[in-house]
Amino acid sequence: MSDIGFVRTEMLPEREPPASTTGALGWARANLFSNWFNSILTLASLYAIYAILSAILPWVFSPTWNGTSLNNCREILTAAGSVGDHGTSGACWGVIRERWIQLLFGFYPSELYWRPILAFVLLAVALAPVLFADKVPSKMLIFSGLYPFIFPWLLWGGTIWGPVAALGGFVIGWVVYSAASKTMSSLMGILLGAAAALVWWFVLSGYFVGALDSILPIGIEAVESRKFGGFMLSITIGVVAIACSLPLGIVLALGRQSDLMIVKYICVGFIEFIRGVPLITLLFVASTLLNIFMPPGTNFDIILRVLIMVTLFAAAYMAEVIRGGLAALPKGQYEGADSLGLNYWQAQRLIIMPQALKISIPGIVSTFIGVFKDTTLVSIIGLLDPLGLSNAIRADANWNGVVWELYGFIALLFFVFCFGMSRYSMYLERKLHTGHR
Amino acid sequence: MSELAIDREIDRSKMQVSDEVAIEITNMNKWYGAFHVLRDINLTVNQGERIVIAGPSGSGKSTLIRCLNALEEHQQGKIVVDGTELSNDLKNIDKIRSEVGMVFQHFNLFPHLTILENCTLAPIWVRKTPRKEAEETAMHFLEKVKIPEQALKYPGQLSGGQQQRVAIARSLCMRPRIMLFDEPTSALDPEMIKEVLDTMIELAEEGMTMLCVTHEMGFARQVANRVIFMDAGQIVEQNEPEEFFNNPQSERTKLFLSQILGH
Repeated sequence: MSDIGFVRTEMLPEREPPASTTGALGWARANLFSNWFNSILTLASLYAIYAILSAILPWVFSPTWNGTSLNNCREILTAAGSVGDHGTSGACWGVIRERWIQLLFGFYPSELYWRPILAFVLLAVALAPVLFADKVPSKMLIFSGLYPFIFPWLLWGGTIWGPVAALGGFVIGWVVYSAASKTMSSLMGILLGAAAALVWWFVLSGYFVGALDSILPIGIEAVESRKFGGFMLSITIGVVAIACSLPLGIVLALGRQSDLMIVKYICVGFIEFIRGVPLITLLFVASTLLNIFMPPGTNFDIILRVLIMVTLFAAAYMAEVIRGGLAALPKGQYEGADSLGLNYWQAQRLIIMPQALKISIPGIVSTFIGVFKDTTLVSIIGLLDPLGLSNAIRADANWNGVVWELYGFIALLFFVFCFGMSRYSMYLERKLHTGHR
Repeated sequence: MSELAIDREIDRSKMQVSDEVAIEITNMNKWYGAFHVLRDINLTVNQGERIVIAGPSGSGKSTLIRCLNALEEHQQGKIVVDGTELSNDLKNIDKIRSEVGMVFQHFNLFPHLTILENCTLAPIWVRKTPRKEAEETAMHFLEKVKIPEQALKYPGQLSGGQQQRVAIARSLCMRPRIMLFDEPTSALDPEMIKEVLDTMIELAEEGMTMLCVTHEMGFARQVANRVIFMDAGQIVEQNEPEEFFNNPQSERTKLFLSQILGH
């Protein structure tokens, strides 16, 4: 055999990695002190963190929880000896203690706080089977389906027959659809079903509610929209806009890719128009201009108008995010579905959408988070969301000048929700990961 | 592309060509924009035939078989598949697609579904088979392609050869009368080509009507009953494999064969 010949007669066993590369020590060495420059950066960063925290923490932990006004807070801080050269050096948390309920519920009647609380607890129950489909029995989806009718009734109150009539519209539409699609084509079924539901909602349901309410008046005290406010209002607008914009966005994204010219250009026009206009403009249209076009005497609820505008706005962005997911799918997936004889809607529902939505999860959740934060813009048209309320609170002579504490509290509330959404999206991505394509 | 040895005896007892016409293509033309990609294609395929379509890349062979289940639209001429003419009627197209199985170069499995779900999806939704029955059929065909133990894994966890065999099983679950293969082994490592070819041979042994676009000349020689050579969008030559390889007529075919078999 020549010099370069080599034959391995036994395979080498696996060995432990060297100790210096594992454990906490190994981690610190690899990540913090891998060379002299990184070591300096690590130490400098540690000092910066220390400097920031040592400035902020005393401010946060200030003994002013029971302060009754800004001046009172200053007195407490002076007595505690923590007043620096430029005024107080501690937060004035009294404002939060006194006004946190208002920041959460606005001017909602205090004896009825149980209703929004119950509504949001039930929201969690309704979301559970949707968000954690593998851990919650799927029968609970029935409740999720009914929840959209319970939610507005709990918040706005009024007769029970209102939500029943709204639900009835869907039932009527479904019955007409199944009857028509059996005897005629499925397209006719969809058209007739939608028409029947619309006729019910806009023409007949009013009589139905009125009649039943006079026979059997079951209901809870009604609360007007102008009493809504605080974080409750933000969540209401956010949840409705998020829940409605996703399906609407899917439809728009599919419409934009459609071969049907008219459908395509309607969708493109809608998306580009909405994306080309600031949300504030749309909100102004909702609050002022829309009334001009309405027949005199119609009372179109302001929150409902805002909900529609925010939903349309979010849907346009959602459509583009989902279109990105659709574009990222290899053409082979469409061909695979086609070659098996699946029709367009089956292919979309079973093959294309599950994958496109999975790809778009980060973008979808970013849009959700953006929509949720954009709900604060409604303060500009006079709705009392947390930011609107903070202005009202600062107009109080007792709290005139409190800025950081209020905004900090509001920021914290928003952060909790947005961070929650972000973490959920990462959980979902991990769960749906089924190996590389 | 060298010739892969097929080291087994091929059972030809059921490989019989019947008189029944499976596919009939008459004067078919297709353009991509201004590019005339398929020119005056005339082809009749009988039930039970095993046809290999060969030719240089860009000759239109993939386009031809993709026209047969309307993944591509033809502009002129007539295609009749299993008695149904391909037209713009979506119902006809869906019917033909459910009768004609197709295997792709890149498998086109659905990565978000398990192997079993990949196989049961179309029977359940297109054929309205009960789930249990569909799963039994799927397991039957997964056993046939020798990977029943992978049924609950996802496509991303399988090797290329295994994925392609799943793709074949997925098509078979629809009980197709005709199978189209679009370069089924071109994306595979050499070690895995054989397992896919074996599956295809077994299918041929059961009398399946097959149209294969492939560069596996060993498969063409031993399994096909007819080899079609295409160039520049036309059928240049077709013959029995023995004649085709040993005694090619056209200059273009001779050149192609010398390049593909010459080394």
